[in-house]
Amino acid sequence: MSNQQWPLFEIFIRSKSGLNHRHVGSVHAADTTMAIDHARDLYTRRGEGISIWAIESRLIAASDPAETSALFEPAEDKIYRHATFYGVPDGVENL
Amino acid sequence: MDRAERLSTYVLRLADNSLILAQRLGEWVGHAPALEEEMALANFALDHMGQARMLFSLAADIEDKDRTEDDLAFLRDSIDFHNVLLVEQPNGHFGQTIARQFLFDSFYQYQLEALSASEEPRLAEIAVKARKENHYHLRHTRQWLVRLGDGTSESHRRMQTAVDDLWRFTGELFSRDAVDEWAAAAGVGPDPATLVSRWDAYVDDALAEATLTRPNSGWMASGGKEGRHTEHHGFILADMQFLQRAYPDAQW
Repeated sequence: MSNQQWPLFEIFIRSKSGLNHRHVGSVHAADTTMAIDHARDLYTRRGEGISIWAIESRLIAASDPAETSALFEPAEDKIYRHATFYGVPDGVENL
Repeated sequence: MDRAERLSTYVLRLADNSLILAQRLGEWVGHAPALEEEMALANFALDHMGQARMLFSLAADIEDKDRTEDDLAFLRDSIDFHNVLLVEQPNGHFGQTIARQFLFDSFYQYQLEALSASEEPRLAEIAVKARKENHYHLRHTRQWLVRLGDGTSESHRRMQTAVDDLWRFTGELFSRDAVDEWAAAAGVGPDPATLVSRWDAYVDDALAEATLTRPNSGWMASGGKEGRHTEHHGFILADMQFLQRAYPDAQW
């Protein structure tokens, strides 16, 4: 057995029609076909999904944790960006 | 033999194939080459175990001898097991397990397809469910057959040897005795001979994709369906039945 690891893939599952794919975890696999198989075996054992996306982890670009405050803190005091100033008519339940 | 005996024997053969294969696949847990692949093999084992349980319950109902599915699985001796010799062959290395699984799954897909239309409704229901499971197993094992066959020169060599070594157990899949003939005449299950040409075509296609050579069909081993097993069978039962034999009726 070689010590070389298969590449890592990030797995996204759609739990039912109309919902978006959600990140559920990752698997090692030799290619995308195998990644889908492994994801099926690992993450849909209890009927969790109807669709699987797999993408090699190295292809995902991520924000830099060191820049967290510069990227996200400026949004914290911009409360006017939240739609909380509207009066909701009586009887509207699912807004 | 009356209808109940024939039918229960026929169902037991199917059940034993699944049970023994489940036990074999389960042996991989803790030993597979990658964690993800271990999950896959364990899932296959559980699928086969589920099929075995349904089939044992059905066989127990039909034979009506006051035996439960557990009695059938844990209290019969090797000579009373009717599984084909292929499924009891040792796991060997990963490629050998893949070869065994591929050769069986490819046969099983056509057997299940025919059983889905069985005149015995409970058997048909089980076959419909098992067919979906097997479809995925076959997709997975065929992929591995191709990966390893068409991989490195070493993986190719090992895969070819694995297929060569197991080939002599494929003849029994299509063998036919009085029970099979009765089942075919009664519309319970297929005449195995009618499955050969499609299996041949399917396997040829997969072997070609895997750049493997189809072995010559020389002498074929048989006897499993009648209870004459290879030397490996007793060891499987020793593992599988130990608890029930040592502690009868143990529950947990």
